[in-house]
Amino acid sequence: MTEFLESVLRGLGNGAIYALLALGFVIIYKSSGAISFAQPALMMTGAVISSYIAPALGAALVGAVAFFVSVTAAALVTALVAMAIERLAIRPMIGRAAFTIAIITIGIDIAVRVITSGFIGLGARPVPNPWGLERTEILGLRIQERHLVALGILALVVLLLVLFFRYTRHGLAMRATAFDQEAAMTQGISVGAVFSMSWAIAGALAAVAGTLLATSAGVDRQIWIVALVALPAIILGGLDSLAGAVIGGLAVGVVESLVGSYQGQWAPWLGNNFQVVAPYVLMFVVLLVRPYGLFGTPEVRRV
Amino acid sequence: MLSARNLEVVYDDVVLALRGVSIDIPDGEIIALLGSNGAGKTTLLRALTGLLDVHDAEITKGRVTLDEQPIHHLAPERIVRRGVRQVLEGRRVFVEMSIEDNLRTGAHTLRSEMATNMERVYDLFPVLRERRSRTAGYLSGGEQQMLAIGRAMMSSPRYLLLDEPTLGLAPKLVETIRDVILEINKAGTGVLLIEQNATMALSIASHGYVMETGRVVLDKPATRLLADDDIREFYLGLHPGEDGRKSFREVKHYRRKKRWSA
Repeated sequence: MTEFLESVLRGLGNGAIYALLALGFVIIYKSSGAISFAQPALMMTGAVISSYIAPALGAALVGAVAFFVSVTAAALVTALVAMAIERLAIRPMIGRAAFTIAIITIGIDIAVRVITSGFIGLGARPVPNPWGLERTEILGLRIQERHLVALGILALVVLLLVLFFRYTRHGLAMRATAFDQEAAMTQGISVGAVFSMSWAIAGALAAVAGTLLATSAGVDRQIWIVALVALPAIILGGLDSLAGAVIGGLAVGVVESLVGSYQGQWAPWLGNNFQVVAPYVLMFVVLLVRPYGLFGTPEVRRV
Repeated sequence: MLSARNLEVVYDDVVLALRGVSIDIPDGEIIALLGSNGAGKTTLLRALTGLLDVHDAEITKGRVTLDEQPIHHLAPERIVRRGVRQVLEGRRVFVEMSIEDNLRTGAHTLRSEMATNMERVYDLFPVLRERRSRTAGYLSGGEQQMLAIGRAMMSSPRYLLLDEPTLGLAPKLVETIRDVILEINKAGTGVLLIEQNATMALSIASHGYVMETGRVVLDKPATRLLADDDIREFYLGLHPGEDGRKSFREVKHYRRKKRWSA
């Protein structure tokens, strides 16, 4: 039982990172109707920026403070990068079919990754990691401290997003634009500004996720592959649901972790490292059974 | 004064929807705009509020001016900031948001006076105050129309452009909406009213325009339009020169040629 619960906690810790990425996908999807495949590159960019900021801070800041300062700075810079990408490459395409925009974001993803890789070099670059692989004990269960931090950050992000969307002028404008763009325009809302803001938020979230992810083994050139796990997460949760993104991300993390723990005993014939494939198997099943996800809006089409 | 001068609008580079339309909306007056489906009324509204771009249309000739300054090159949010505000046909409230959030969204360009404006809207529509925290999608059609008008009033517009506000509403609600339009107008807002319900529109308007196939074909004070034979026959369903009764013997077998035929 202990083993099971510890596996679940481990999964939640990783799932928090997927949830942050998934939130970014969903926010862009809701505002513009297109999936942005540039999230992996933004995640990598954020992690790389974190890895450069930490040494620059020097010995002045250490431990958790250094981590939070660099993750905040990385989020801000990545948000700016995302806004620039939106302005230069996405805005001129407004009004075109959603898949055109999605294909463009694939191109952006590759281009940004190539540039970012240049800053990584051959090995892995460390990000500030005050927690290392330390574990702490809660109710007799051992959990990695960095997983606790990831869950804490996710909770904070969700709280901030809820407050933003419910109470601020721009949050309302983003919700209004997601429902009905033309009606939003008649309210005096600049739809361009809304797109820009959604990319900024998605970029910032990706940077936070990337930095958290890099606390385990540093930033290397392959780190972006992990961001693809956010796709099963948003398919599971429903493309247009923020709550779905969080729950989907956590669920995918848990499934991955449980498969990693038990597949070796119960289904050894699946081979090693099957947990890497597990999220995509899950996505496959969800697409067959409930294509709009657990919390998404079913598409109604009159025939 | 909000004016359109010789407007020509083309959709998708091919469809000529407006051909030289000129109208004037003076401050603080109610102007009625009548016309059958496809006459170009909504297109004219889109041209006035900068929404043509969304529909792949553009102004190819003429201009829209606000106090003699051209505004047709401005983005829709800029035009709203200058006080020209449109209520789209079909209400288009944000159905998943609460009523209050809908109104707060309407105050996007004028947050500083949100509290006073919201009180004013609630005074105008007491039913909305009662249900302020309810989801807008569960309101009846008439209440949604009130919400759409209230939402537009949240930015204290100088001109309110209403696109068929009584479409599909019960006669009693039509009266409510009419009274509200009068009240809004009394507080100093100029109104452009697009209507199928010509009797209602002309009864409160000071001036009326009739459009047909992209042109303004009649342009008279509302009282004279109400007395116009063609208006009476085509829009009010009355026949000239009698007390409403007509013998079949008098019905002509060919359609009466319209006086303003293009």
